[in-house]
Amino acid sequence: MSKSEPILSVRDMRVEFQIKKQNALPWHKPDILRAVKGVSFDLAEGETLGIVGESGCGKSTLARAIIRMIPAQAGEVIWQGRDLMKMNPKELLGIRKEIQMIFQDPLASLNPRLTAGQIIAEPLKTHFPKTSKDETKKRVRELMEKVGLSARMINRYPHEFSGGQCQRIGIARALITNPKMIICDEPVSALDVSVQAQVVNLLMDLQKELGLSLLFIAHDLSVVKHISNRIMVLEFGDIAELGDAHDVIHNPQSPYTRELINAVPTPDPIVERQRIAERRALAAGT
Amino acid sequence: MALLDIQNLRITYDTPEGVVEAVKDVSLTVDKGETLAIVGESGSGKSQTAFATMGLLPHNAKVSGSIKYQGQEVIGLSQNEMNKLRSNEIAMIFQDPMTSLNPYLRISDQMAETLIYNAPDGKRMKKKDAIAECVRMLESVKIPDAKDRIHLYPHEFSGGMRQRVMIAMSLLCRPKLLIADEPTTALDVTVQARIMDLLVELQEEFHMAIVLITHNLGIVAGSCERTMVMYQGEVMEQGLTTDIFGSPTHPYTKGLLSAVPRLDQDEERLMTLDRSFEAQMAEEQL
Amino acid sequence: MMVDVQKMEQFAENLAAQEEVKGRSLLADARRRFFHNKAAVVSLIVLSLVVVFSVFGRTIAVWSNEEIDWGILGQIAELGAPNIENGHFFGADQLGRDLYSRVIQGTQVSLMVGVVGALIAVIVGTLYGAIAGYTGGKVDNVMMRFVDIIQSIPYMFVLILLLVVFGRSLFMLFVGIGLISWLDMSRIARGQTLSLKNKEFVEAAIATGVKPLTIILRHIVPNLLGVVVVYATLLVPQMILTESFISFLGLGVQEPNTSWGALINEGAGNMQYGTLWQLVFPMFFFIITLFSFFFIGDGLRDALDPKER
Repeated sequence: MSKSEPILSVRDMRVEFQIKKQNALPWHKPDILRAVKGVSFDLAEGETLGIVGESGCGKSTLARAIIRMIPAQAGEVIWQGRDLMKMNPKELLGIRKEIQMIFQDPLASLNPRLTAGQIIAEPLKTHFPKTSKDETKKRVRELMEKVGLSARMINRYPHEFSGGQCQRIGIARALITNPKMIICDEPVSALDVSVQAQVVNLLMDLQKELGLSLLFIAHDLSVVKHISNRIMVLEFGDIAELGDAHDVIHNPQSPYTRELINAVPTPDPIVERQRIAERRALAAGT
Repeated sequence: MALLDIQNLRITYDTPEGVVEAVKDVSLTVDKGETLAIVGESGSGKSQTAFATMGLLPHNAKVSGSIKYQGQEVIGLSQNEMNKLRSNEIAMIFQDPMTSLNPYLRISDQMAETLIYNAPDGKRMKKKDAIAECVRMLESVKIPDAKDRIHLYPHEFSGGMRQRVMIAMSLLCRPKLLIADEPTTALDVTVQARIMDLLVELQEEFHMAIVLITHNLGIVAGSCERTMVMYQGEVMEQGLTTDIFGSPTHPYTKGLLSAVPRLDQDEERLMTLDRSFEAQMAEEQL
Repeated sequence: MMVDVQKMEQFAENLAAQEEVKGRSLLADARRRFFHNKAAVVSLIVLSLVVVFSVFGRTIAVWSNEEIDWGILGQIAELGAPNIENGHFFGADQLGRDLYSRVIQGTQVSLMVGVVGALIAVIVGTLYGAIAGYTGGKVDNVMMRFVDIIQSIPYMFVLILLLVVFGRSLFMLFVGIGLISWLDMSRIARGQTLSLKNKEFVEAAIATGVKPLTIILRHIVPNLLGVVVVYATLLVPQMILTESFISFLGLGVQEPNTSWGALINEGAGNMQYGTLWQLVFPMFFFIITLFSFFFIGDGLRDALDPKER
């Protein structure tokens, strides 16, 4: 496989949900909600693709459909030359160790009854059940240090960590099987600003060091712009815009992207007040 | 005389683990018609300060210091007097509009209730008049077809619309002070921009003061004259927004401002908060 | 001196760096809260005393539970009253048997019925409910309709029928109680599972490729424990009550075996002859045990309530 070939290519992905109508009887046809309407994109090795959009645009659904956590109606997901959608459960299990995921709510994504060490070791236990106890522990400690947690904390429970630390545990868990790609579903939106910066930096460092590909899903355009090489803007399950991060932000082509960018406030009173004035003038004009 | 004058406010909680200080020595003033932003991360005590002003703290909280509203001491007021203050003078809107609305009542009933029992002139209002007034208020927060929509249930509104309903409800009694606790945190950016524009507009229309509590530095920059930065229950810095953003003096403020990624600038790496000032602060206290 | 202090600190730090910090689990937290609850702690002590009594009470008994004291037979009302001297600590029953030994025997049987019933409920009910809830869809539908059907049959009728057809024995009683005790538990476990299923840590396990059964056993069941344990402590007295009721009807355990229900039944029947102790002693143990279980259940619920977090 040549270097330029994408590690992941998604073609014409469609996800639909059936919603029962209110007061519907069993033989009534349910409504169909088209959450993702034919999305295609490529992801290169070591690249970060940011997916932005507002709530309900289908960005999380898309990510979950790619790794078959929810069924897709149609589409192809070519992972290193093989179609994920056509794999049997056993083949899929092999892929699961190559694609890992990080979640939004740092505390809720960790089982409260398990220690940090047990949580981080779980993927290892699933995919390499023969790993010895000592070896597992060594790996876990190594990873904890790597994500900036003291290995002494290995026996602590999730509620004894802060939000940022919990997210680091989540990252360590995602890294333990040496994946090639990580799907980050709003990994920093539940964190405080100062902690958010730390986690974003950590993710960028790890990506550089390990050559990971990232699918970075977020609603915060500024964070996405900072971390991504390319950005995909989703609007109601459709791609509104897909392109180089710098271009999308500074030279947006679609009206929806422009609206999004205009709505993001800038933490600078002089710039921001001018922007608001312009926005109002525009609104008054139309 | 300032509209709201808080001096040396301290809030402590007795817990099984010992006494926890949620707010330590906070002083602030809000003048008629101005906007003050209280900025801080989780655990900074910003919401606690607001709850104390509204008399909404839980029973195990101990409050000392003074909170004066138009010269009248608020701490130690009876429930009855507090209710009067809350219904006629100070209003509050919350982060999650869904939890502040009763899902089993129509919007019309919930809104009219406030007017029927707490009319601004002290008299009981007729239901028909109350509803007419509510419709007017919904129109002023720009809810289309307010006349018909007022009879809907809360879940039939979108998040942004629900927050508008909450704002309309809080304005019914023409408060002189509106405390907005993270009013846009649960909302999408485009909706956030609209709600912030609306708040500024309403402020001019109703001549009220706003205390905006948020962690989002961007929306502070755009719409608040003065800013107060809080961290771990203490005031780090307060002053004109332009001064604080333009030339922050406290290391925490500096750290916070540089930790936020910005859309209009390309930063190589996000600055993370240097917490060495904490040790210095602890020393000063000793 | 200064240098020494610094050295010491560094040493301590090095030590700490090597040592792994011990975590404080949710259960440890709950235990701490539980032991702050006076009523629950007192109940726990009372319950332990009852258990100790049922296990070791025999050692100080003068009479066995089967021996008949011919010396007082026929004059129970006059001579059979509780008496330390002749060894009938709790008095004697209408046949001249020692009530102290009989109460011990009854306590053993009743506690066993309660605990076995609750255990079946916990193991079968939790697993059944968790599997139904986690799998969802048609499997869930079939499994839960099955529970509905069993539950719609009047269980007292089934139990009585079982005991009549297969004969009255302790084993049949366990089968009967075991058949019905897990139904409510499976419903509760299923409900909780449905809400746990959507938690991100379960999603994380699915995304990692953890097998469904492992997810149920490792991620779902341990998080059900809080609710299950509380319900189980309330289920034990319910089982004891059921058994007592059956025994009171005369269908429960068979002579010479006995239980609280059977003893209370006898005691109540003989009240008119002035042998009130035959009712009071079994009743006393019955009541304090039930109260203890209820208070412990309450205490557990408060201790495990995640809302406090």
